[in-house]
Amino acid sequence: MIISIASGKGGTGKTTIAINLALTLAETESVCFMDCDVEEPNAHLFLKPVLEGSAQVTVPIPIVDEEQCNRCGRCGEICAFNAILPLGNHILTFPELCHGCGGCTLLCPTGAIREEPLEIGVVEWGHAGSISHTHGRLKIGSPLAPPIVKAVKNRNQNMPEGTISIIDAPPGTSCPVVASVSDSDFCLLVTEPTPFGLHDLTLAVDMVRALQVPFGVVINRAGLGNGGLVNYCKAKNIPMLAEIPFERKYAACYAKGGRLVEEFPEMKEAFQSLWQTICATAPEGTKLP
Amino acid sequence: MRIAVTAQDKNLDAEFDSRFGRCKYFIIIDPDTEEYQAEVNQAATAHGGAGIQSAQFLANREVKTVITGHVGPNAARALEAAGIKVFIMESGTVRDAITAYKEGNLTEVSEATVDSHSGLNMS
Ligand code: SF4
Ligand code: SF4
Repeated sequence: MIISIASGKGGTGKTTIAINLALTLAETESVCFMDCDVEEPNAHLFLKPVLEGSAQVTVPIPIVDEEQCNRCGRCGEICAFNAILPLGNHILTFPELCHGCGGCTLLCPTGAIREEPLEIGVVEWGHAGSISHTHGRLKIGSPLAPPIVKAVKNRNQNMPEGTISIIDAPPGTSCPVVASVSDSDFCLLVTEPTPFGLHDLTLAVDMVRALQVPFGVVINRAGLGNGGLVNYCKAKNIPMLAEIPFERKYAACYAKGGRLVEEFPEMKEAFQSLWQTICATAPEGTKLP
Repeated sequence: MRIAVTAQDKNLDAEFDSRFGRCKYFIIIDPDTEEYQAEVNQAATAHGGAGIQSAQFLANREVKTVITGHVGPNAARALEAAGIKVFIMESGTVRDAITAYKEGNLTEVSEATVDSHSGLNMS
């Protein structure tokens, strides 16, 4: 079963929910944690995995042999990203804009284009206690987060049957978030009870509905005036799965990289009951352990 | 000789647009006769590589010189490959730009004047 944790914006405590859910489940289940926030992975700060391996993630970028090129211009016409362009007497390539789709190589009538791998980031994996941990890291300046997200999620295929995979998605609703959340069996949308939180939640709700992933909302820092949020969820028929109350001691625990479920018994109960609620809410046909 | 000026509107009295790849219009003009043509910059809304696409657009129209505010590294490479000279100025109208160009008061640059994507952050 794959559960993704997303939020319409950063700073809602998405990672806190993800790691504490993972830690709670790991007591009885086989758990795999996948940090897909590849621009700013931070779950390892809390889970402290021992890393065991890593792999480069590359995309194939075109290299043009100008001797063989007849300046037909097709490569420039096909590329939607302006990453290859015949100009004057040269064929210019802009590797940092290239999405590695291979279109130009395919269309070149003279075979002047060959492909070379360009590193866009890495995937690293290891274990944090019994939790299998994987995260990806995008190279600074590369615009290509989705291939890294996919590489992180591919590691999931090595997991034993019955493993619960927890995917920590990047904040927002852009391409890498879609890549993280798609194919999940269930998505938790983490939000906080502020007007901004509500606005970003509505965007996230539209996204998961478009992806047809069943979902529910977790309200973090509850108590700061939940009214609008609760009304919205009721009106839209969105299950509210849990509320994590706003308390200074929880914030302090987070700030020092601590684990809520290990420090506060009431938090452990809260996450256990969150899991039961997810199981009860997830639609029929979902593969539950 | 055709030169292009990045502009916010379609005529010679329009305010100059300091962005290259994401300017609203290119005013393409013959500085001697002052005959001109205004072209909508299709690249202004491109997802990426707006400067590159703009350079190609100007190259296809046989523009040899462009007057703008700043160019990023990708646009600078593309303009150089196309053999298009770049002159920069700060503000004024398109007419001011042409006058300054004719009087030799503009600075020519051969390298990027700003980082990639800077045109995206400006209104
Ligand atoms: S591989 Fe695709 S994205 Fe890259 S230059 Fe070729 S056509 Fe453009
Ligand atoms: S498609 Fe091939 S032959 Fe045509 S311009 Fe591009 S590199 Fe040259």
